[in-house]
Amino acid sequence: MTGTVLSTRNLTKQYGSGSARFDALKGVSIDIAEGESVAIVGKSGSGKSTLMHILALLDTPSSGEVTVDGTDAAKLRGARLNTLRNRTFGFVFQQFFLTPNTSVLDNVMLPLKIARIGGRERKRLALEALETLELSDKARSKATDLSGGQKQRVVIARALVNNPRIIFADEPTGNLDTATGAVVEDLLFELNAKQGITLVIVTHDEELAARASRRIYLRDGRVVDAADVHAPAGTAVGA
Amino acid sequence: MKAIDILTTAIGNSFRSRLRTTLTVIAIFIGAFTLTITNGLGTGINQYIDTQLASIGAADIVTVTKPVAATTTTTGPKPYTANGPTEVSGGGAPGSTVLALTDSDITAIGKVAGVTAVEPQVAIRTDYIEYGTNGKFQLSAVGEGAGVRIQLAAGSQFTSGTTSLEIILPTSYIDTLGFSSNKDAVGKTVTIGITNAAGEQTTLDATLVGVQDATLFGANPSFNPALSTALYDAQKVGQPATATSTYSSATAHIDPNATKSQVADVKAALVDAGYAGTTVADRIGTFQTVIDGIILVLNAFAIIALLAAGFGIINTLLMSVQERTREIGLMKAMGMSGGRIFALFSTEAVFIGFLGSAIGAGIAMLVGGVISRVLARGLLKDLAGLQILSFTPSSIATVLLLVMGIAFVAAVLPASRAARQSPIDSLRYE
Repeated sequence: MTGTVLSTRNLTKQYGSGSARFDALKGVSIDIAEGESVAIVGKSGSGKSTLMHILALLDTPSSGEVTVDGTDAAKLRGARLNTLRNRTFGFVFQQFFLTPNTSVLDNVMLPLKIARIGGRERKRLALEALETLELSDKARSKATDLSGGQKQRVVIARALVNNPRIIFADEPTGNLDTATGAVVEDLLFELNAKQGITLVIVTHDEELAARASRRIYLRDGRVVDAADVHAPAGTAVGA
Repeated sequence: MKAIDILTTAIGNSFRSRLRTTLTVIAIFIGAFTLTITNGLGTGINQYIDTQLASIGAADIVTVTKPVAATTTTTGPKPYTANGPTEVSGGGAPGSTVLALTDSDITAIGKVAGVTAVEPQVAIRTDYIEYGTNGKFQLSAVGEGAGVRIQLAAGSQFTSGTTSLEIILPTSYIDTLGFSSNKDAVGKTVTIGITNAAGEQTTLDATLVGVQDATLFGANPSFNPALSTALYDAQKVGQPATATSTYSSATAHIDPNATKSQVADVKAALVDAGYAGTTVADRIGTFQTVIDGIILVLNAFAIIALLAAGFGIINTLLMSVQERTREIGLMKAMGMSGGRIFALFSTEAVFIGFLGSAIGAGIAMLVGGVISRVLARGLLKDLAGLQILSFTPSSIATVLLLVMGIAFVAAVLPASRAARQSPIDSLRYE
């Protein structure tokens, strides 16, 4: 393993206060190395999505610290934070989040547009990414006119177009049938294997998690051993 | 995102919900259309007044009156003294009174620095005017000094320095008096009847030198100085020699090439001497102030319409922000700054404002041009040279910038709401 790209120490996250208080994370410490494929596994409400959001710097923890490339994320603000988000991260969401009524190409170009890359270069890079995902012929189609599998491939193209170091995938196959889901899985692990992009997958799907090089199990906001995930509530308290 | 990308993306976004954008554009269109029309009305009328003023060219004439010092409506009339000044009405603002001018006042006015000549404004009460044997018609005319330029439909101005008796009549007299056309009337001799102090009626013959166009200020028959003097003399016949003449006002002549400040100096000198002087420009200035006031009120209505449209923009954008919550979240997750999100939404509003105002101003110019032409041939035919709606590039630019400004202000609330959204809340939004 090369260097650690992401690490957390004693991460907690609370929502609400008083009797309505809900602890989504109760002290999570993990390390993710460069080039790894990590699956964050847990049932809904386990805090896995919250953890991913904090790792991707989309959300801030209530306490604890997040380090990206050795830099304390809490110290990242404004332009530096935006540049980091833009250059380092790629996102694949379960709900796709494609912009309706605009073309596939426009959707894929969005991160490049934000990165202030010129029009021609933008188009070249976007077409290249679509080529990789065998979607070149759909470049001009409206994003909303595609099938679920095609949509998720567009989302992957968008995630990798700015050549990120880490791709976060939140239930990437959640909205897809088994066959298309498998294609999308193959694509993600191929990117990990061939381009060395660190892959952080959040899922409750054991089969998908099994393909990752490492699994982190979450239960009620804590990291637990694989065996404890399915144990009845309250009996197991991992660390 | 680069500025150009923000612009093109904003324009693209505004067309994504076409119906909503169209409705907002219509609201702005109505305001911008009204504002352009009312502005055009003000410009048109004021341009007309300016050309009239230029054609009158009476910058060298100051009407002089003697104001009553500090009379208020509550003080009542002053006690009579045999040799004291007499109050006469007229000359100033409606309801105000001025003191009558005597011959010694006329001499005094003549001595005021800058005044080259002075004539008392004599009251000439003519009885009738007649051409040939086509019947007698009432005549009330104003005496005009030499050098006054009248907007003419036919003929020429008064001959300068002549002793011959000349008259200019408005177009409305021509047909009535029995001339076949304006051209036909020029050069003909008309007879003017006047009753003297002894109660006897005498007549005078005058040459009709010109026919006056109707103007915004109405049209009156005008006498040249020679005719005024002759008529006044005829009217005085039989008056007791001891009777003193009094005049409501006097006409003072100043250098025709006098600058504005020189005219102001003369007016100040008149005030120092106890008189008040008004130029034609002053009187027309009052008229323009009234027109400007009316236009201001009309513009205020247009602005109200635009403000309503502004709320339309706020509504449209708030819906847009709501609808695109996830998109905003995604862009933020991809590293787009809040400032640029703000720029994106405010640009969209300004673009909608531009669209509405450009279409509004464009159609207003087209419609205004047509209305102007139709009115010039119909209702306002008598006011030659009046282009009721006139559009200047600067006023159109002002309308466009104003509307775009309102659109930007309207965008502040929704755009800052979009800019403040946290990426994760936006992405979670269902």
